[in-house]
Amino acid sequence: MSVSRTKPVFTQGDEFEAIVRSYERAGGDGKNLLSPKFASMVVSGNQVLSTHELPGLEMVAEQLSDGVAARVTVAPGTKVELPVHLCFGVLPERGTQRIVSHFEIGAGASVEFLAHCTFPNSVEVVHLMEAEVRVGEGARMRYSETHFHGEQSGARVVPRGRILVEKGGAYLSEFSLTEGRIGELDFDYTVDVAERGRAELMVRAYGFGSDRLRTVETIRLNGAGARGLAKSRVAVREDAVSDVIATTEGNAPDSRGHVDCVEIVRDRAIASAAPLVRVTCDSAYVTHEAAIGTVNKKELETLMARGLDEEAAVDVIVGAMLKS
Amino acid sequence: MADDSLLIVEGVHLIREGTEILHGVNLTVAEAEVHCLLGRNGSGKSTMAYMLMGSGGYLPSGGTVLFGGRDITDATMTERARLGMTLAWQEPARFEGLPVLDYLRLGMAEPSEERVREALEAVALDPAVYRSRNVDASLSGGERKRIELAAVYAMRPRLAILDEPDSGVDVLSLSDIRDLFARMREQGSALLLITHRDEMVEIADRASLICSGEIVMTGEPAHVQAHYCDRCEICDVAREVEEAADYERV
Repeated sequence: MSVSRTKPVFTQGDEFEAIVRSYERAGGDGKNLLSPKFASMVVSGNQVLSTHELPGLEMVAEQLSDGVAARVTVAPGTKVELPVHLCFGVLPERGTQRIVSHFEIGAGASVEFLAHCTFPNSVEVVHLMEAEVRVGEGARMRYSETHFHGEQSGARVVPRGRILVEKGGAYLSEFSLTEGRIGELDFDYTVDVAERGRAELMVRAYGFGSDRLRTVETIRLNGAGARGLAKSRVAVREDAVSDVIATTEGNAPDSRGHVDCVEIVRDRAIASAAPLVRVTCDSAYVTHEAAIGTVNKKELETLMARGLDEEAAVDVIVGAMLKS
Repeated sequence: MADDSLLIVEGVHLIREGTEILHGVNLTVAEAEVHCLLGRNGSGKSTMAYMLMGSGGYLPSGGTVLFGGRDITDATMTERARLGMTLAWQEPARFEGLPVLDYLRLGMAEPSEERVREALEAVALDPAVYRSRNVDASLSGGERKRIELAAVYAMRPRLAILDEPDSGVDVLSLSDIRDLFARMREQGSALLLITHRDEMVEIADRASLICSGEIVMTGEPAHVQAHYCDRCEICDVAREVEEAADYERV
C-alpha cells in the first residue's frame, strides 16, 4: 500500500477543474470547494487533490493503491457552522475507487457533511465506500451523499457503513442516487444507538434500464429512549430490479422506531420491500409501513388534466416521491 | 346558445363494466357561463365529469363532444387540457413530496410567483404559509380542496369542470368559493359546477338536472333547483348507476 499524507493544500489543475465540473453537475457548488470558509476534501480516483480544514475539524487522507483512506475528526464541543464538502469522483471510463473512512465526532460536537460522488463517464467503475462512524455523547452528525452517474450505467456502487451513536447523540444520513443510470447499487448501513440517541437513515434511488438496486438499512435501538427511522424512497422502471430491506430493532426500554418504505414500479421492473421490526423489550415500540405500486391513476390524471403528458406526469410524481 | 357555445355534448352514451350509465346525454355550456349540474347520488354527474375530461375508461360508446368547435370525443386528457379544459375531482389527489408552489405552477401557461400568490389568496390561503407545504396527507380535506381550486384558477382554463367543489368545506368558506367562481367568470372561464348546495346554484347562469344518466331539464337555476328539490328522489336506477360508477372508491 502506498501512503502519502495530504494536509491543507489546494491543487489547481485540469483534473481538479474536471472533478469540480462533475461536482457541480451533481448539484454541488464548485465555489464552496475553493472557499476558505468551507472545509472540504476533493478526491479523484486514488488522488487527493485538495483538503481544507477548519479549527476543530481535522481531515487526514492517505493514498491507497485503489483509493483513499480518510480520517475525519471533529474535536469535542466543536460546532462546524457550514457544511463540510466532500467530493469523490472517477473521471475515466474504468477504474476502482475505494474510500476507507473513519469519522470521529467528539462529545457535544455538531457537523454536517455534503458528499458528492461523480462518475460521469463510467463504463466499468467500482466505487467502494467503507465507513466507520462514531458519534460521541450529545454530538450530532448529518451526512448527505448524492451521486451523479453518466448515462452509460457502468458503475457499481457499494456503500458500507457501521455507525455507533453514543448517549444523546444523533446521526442523520441521506443517500441519493437519482441522477443518471445507477448501474448496480449495493447499500448496507447498520447503526447502533445508545441511550436517548437518535438515528435516521434515508435512501433515495431511481433505477431504469438494467439497473440493480439492493439497499439494507439496519437500526438497533440499544439504549433506553433511543429513536430510529429507516426510510427509503425507490422508483424503478423498464427492466430495473430493486430489493429494499429495512430493519429496526427495539432492544431497550422506551425505544421507538419506525420503518417506512415506498417504491413505485413501472413497465417490466420488479420491486420488493421487506420492512422488518424486531422487539426484545416489552416497553419498546417499533412500527413499519411499506407500499409498492405503480403510479396512482388519480395523481396521474390530475396532472394530465393540467396539461402534462403522461410521461411528464410520471416524472413529476416520481421526482416528488423521491424528494419526500 | 349556438353562437357562444363552448362545450356541446350530443347524444353521448357511456358504458362501464357492461352497464350503460349515460343514455344519450345532451348538454351545452356557453363561454364564460356558470352552469350547474344537479342530480342525486348515482345519477351520473361524476361520470359526466370524467367523460368530459377524457379520463381512462370513460370514453363514450356513442355520441360526440365538441369543445371550442373541435371534436374532442376521442381526445386524450392532455389534449383536452391543452385546449383549455380541466377538472377538479371531488376528492383531490395527494402528492407526496410535491410542494404547493410547484403544483400550482404545473398548469400555468406562463408560471410566475405573482400568479401563485394570487391563486392562493383567491382561495383565502396565506401564500407565505402554504407555498412551501406539500400537497400531501398533511393537509386537511378543506385545505386540499382549496389548493385544488387554486390550481384550477391559476390555469385560467376556458372550461373548469368542478365536481362538488363545496363538499368538505365549511360554510364560512363557501363565500370565498363563490367569490372565486365569480372572479373566474369575469376572467372568461366557463364553469360546469356539480353541486347540491343552494348557495352555489344561486351564482349559476343556467342549470341542468341529470337523472339516471339523462339530462332531463335545463333552464333557469332556480327553476331547475326547485324541480330537483321537490320531485327528484333516489330510485333503483340511480342505485345501480352508483354501484357501477366506482371511480372515486377505486
